[in-house]
Amino acid sequence: MSRPKPELKEVSTSYMLFEAEREERFITGSEAVREAIRRANIDMAISYPITPQSESMHLVGDLYAEGYVKEYFRGENEFAVMSQVAGAAMAGVRTFTATCGPGTLRAFENFPTWVGSRLPVVMAFMTRGINAPLTIQPDTLEMAFMLDTGMIMLHAENAQELYDMLLMSFDVAEQTTVHIPIGVFVDGFFVTHTSQKVNVVCEDVKLGGYNPGLSPVPHIDMETPPFRLMRDPFVMKSNFISYAAHASWQQETMSAAFRAKKHLKKYLGSFIEQENPDAPIQIVASGTAVAQSREAITLLKEEGIEAGLVKIKTIRPFPTEEIRAALANAETIVVPEFNRVGWLAREIASVIPNNDRMVLGPRVYGGMTMPPDVIAQVVKTKDFVGV
Amino acid sequence: MEAYKVLPGPEGYLPPAAAMHGAQIPETGEALVEGECVPMEVAVKVIANRLVSAKNPTFFPGPLLLWKTTEYALERGRLIREIAAEVGAKVIPMPDYRPKYPMIDPAVEINPNHPNLTIWHNKIDVGVFIGVHCHQANLALKIIRGGTDCYTMALCAEDGHEEANASLRDANNDALKMVLAAVKEAKSKGGAADV
Repeated sequence: MSRPKPELKEVSTSYMLFEAEREERFITGSEAVREAIRRANIDMAISYPITPQSESMHLVGDLYAEGYVKEYFRGENEFAVMSQVAGAAMAGVRTFTATCGPGTLRAFENFPTWVGSRLPVVMAFMTRGINAPLTIQPDTLEMAFMLDTGMIMLHAENAQELYDMLLMSFDVAEQTTVHIPIGVFVDGFFVTHTSQKVNVVCEDVKLGGYNPGLSPVPHIDMETPPFRLMRDPFVMKSNFISYAAHASWQQETMSAAFRAKKHLKKYLGSFIEQENPDAPIQIVASGTAVAQSREAITLLKEEGIEAGLVKIKTIRPFPTEEIRAALANAETIVVPEFNRVGWLAREIASVIPNNDRMVLGPRVYGGMTMPPDVIAQVVKTKDFVGV
Repeated sequence: MEAYKVLPGPEGYLPPAAAMHGAQIPETGEALVEGECVPMEVAVKVIANRLVSAKNPTFFPGPLLLWKTTEYALERGRLIREIAAEVGAKVIPMPDYRPKYPMIDPAVEINPNHPNLTIWHNKIDVGVFIGVHCHQANLALKIIRGGTDCYTMALCAEDGHEEANASLRDANNDALKMVLAAVKEAKSKGGAADV
């Protein structure tokens, strides 16, 4: 099949995000993925369908047909896809994929492997429920499993953030001092399948290409001897040297995530956003729970109750210092979440003093929506009965 | 919290990662000395003084240098040999990152998975990494800090290394010429250029 070759000017990520002309579109979150990837100069995209992610990678397939993506195919399943993505990234090309829910767990072994292999993969997760009985509905439980993979995790509130976070992630992930994968998470259906206003960059530009020569580990390059010798695993022998080397290796990947902060801040501006920071009641949320919390704050204000909002954009690295500062004077902290386990509340409780100030909810799951009055009720009663 | 100093070891069983304790990658024009960002010129003099005053300094060229045959890489090699000759340093290569079992020959090579063996065997008190992929260099630097008292340096062509006691970033051949000049100056002053 002959494909067109769009003539696109290569630009920096800063230009793409902050300077390039934009136009407003009314598109779904899945279409926002397509528009980000259209401009991301992707070498290899690999897909496997799973609702509610399927549409986004289908649209990336359309980009392949239009010549915007160099290579594209459908893998056998999510484990295969993530393994194939690893191979492509090790070979030194820019990769993209997406999955969600059960697909995330099916592929799970690959994520810490990507990190340990220092692969700058960028991936979208359109979160959905994972546990039986089968559900395809939105639920952020899979993020709890991802917290300790070592990946950088961003949580988009809406399609605009999804678009921008995807575009910035390639530059952050590909920094020599970072070079670990980034997952951009977005709440399935609520964002992927609803149309929103998204300001997208004009179509005649794309990001500059990835240079694997700057990788902190050797990429697969048979022109550079002795490649094969360089990737041999060292944990094949049981001795202290192997263990110490592996421990140091893990420390180095953690350092990489720390180093990413500087680059993330350049594009995100901040890891958290605050509204009404002096209010004694603070609602802390990420993803679409932020939007619902904003509505709840409006409802509360009508009743004369002042509440503030802390929106968390980076789940990993977790913005510990920023959250401590934001909640220093809060008397009550409410953490609404779209999952059963309350992983965000656990994260916050582990880093702030006097965490008996926290109300560990409200939580909804299994595809339920989170009406703002449910959040407002928990704020007023300072109580969430729980699961 | 007291600022973490990236000092020579032996630091212990499993030293912390310097980046996790506040050591930052330097910005362009800066370098790192013991975990602190300083102007590059300051770091060059610290490196020169350490090299000149060392009893047994050693350069560890890695695969990014050893396997390259460009004119730029050849000049880089010549500069390293020139600096080494000025300070009487040995050159022990890190040709690849493969662990060697049952054990490397520490007299002739260094390996990122057990670099302490080479440091101990050769009684190296100042070690300079150049041309080693950043991940592998940090691995080696941290293990050396954990188990030896060697003062480590990284002349990095990319962004620099928090795990080294001293590190340049963007250390191209012009930067190596600066190090060479500083070494000559330090030697002329009896081993201590002004910092």
